Amino acid sequence: MNRITLLSICASAGFLLYILEMVRRRKLREEYSILWLAGSVVILVLSLKQTWLVGIAHAVGIVYPPSFLFLVGILFILLILIHFSIAISKLHQMNKKMAQEIALMKEKGMDGASGDPSIGP
Amino acid sequence: MEGTPPRILVLLPAYQEERSIGGLVGSLRERYPYDVLVVNDGSTDRTSEAAREAGATVLDLPCNLGIGGAVQTGFLYARDRGYGVVVRIDGDGQHEIEDIAKVLDPILAGRADAVIGSRFLGETEYRGSIPRIFGIRFFRFLVNLTTGYRVTDPTSGFFAINRRLVGFYSDHYPSDYPEVDAYILMHRLKARTVEVPVRMYDRAEGKSSITAFRAVYYMVKVTLSYLINCIRRFA
Repeated sequence: MNRITLLSICASAGFLLYILEMVRRRKLREEYSILWLAGSVVILVLSLKQTWLVGIAHAVGIVYPPSFLFLVGILFILLILIHFSIAISKLHQMNKKMAQEIALMKEKGMDGASGDPSIGP
Repeated sequence: MEGTPPRILVLLPAYQEERSIGGLVGSLRERYPYDVLVVNDGSTDRTSEAAREAGATVLDLPCNLGIGGAVQTGFLYARDRGYGVVVRIDGDGQHEIEDIAKVLDPILAGRADAVIGSRFLGETEYRGSIPRIFGIRFFRFLVNLTTGYRVTDPTSGFFAINRRLVGFYSDHYPSDYPEVDAYILMHRLKARTVEVPVRMYDRAEGKSSITAFRAVYYMVKVTLSYLINCIRRFA
């Protein structure tokens, strides 16, 4: 086992555990962890199964197999970034909607505490 | 034991259900003396008005939170207003409201913390699509393996819970397919759960919110969140 293999195994395994721990502590929501987990599992598997890595790399015409790992890494990062852009756009939309609702509620005099005035506690 | 019987709230999450929600709320109010709460999950149709006209209390979410967020809003309301039991049924008329009494019974008798209506216990007319049945079987396997419960319908959205679980879910309730995740939460809380047979029908109006691609995504996501809930700490 050469050094780059060892490095790649340790890095992806460590990363995998870190992401799982973040989810367990609720610092990271499940839906945002899936791509990270999938990416690190793929890289981990390809690092452990050298023959698969070499096979796939040669099949797609890559001479130096570890650079296929970089390709996989970059593809996952791209996917994650797109996912984030979409998530941020959705949050932006919800945030705007929320601010508008609050403004309308304040104007009606329903700002918080009492809720719907027609319902008693 | 408390002296007075607990106040009961019927909770219906609803998204784009203008055609079924009014009739459903009407029959609930006619049949039972319980308060009816509709959580309108950002519908753009007349769901909110229809529910209100039929006599329900309505919470309008300003944007679509998804089923878990909507149901949790109902639990928060129930906790704040001191309801002792919450019955949650679908807002689309899939659940037979006559069976609410059956779902309430074990809780009111103090024999269970959660009662889940199962479409697979007893005689069933339910005929789901193949992917849906596969999903239900998969989650059934997962839940029974990890909790030791003997669950037949792990995705059932027809259930009743007592005050203790209402309080807990107000703080911790999962977002997609919350019912599956809820099993591991109940197991971790050592809650007593009971399944009772209920009738469920195919959707009367509207479309199910699940498409094929999303179904696979939800399988992965719910399984992940379920397994992580097995090793999470709940203070």
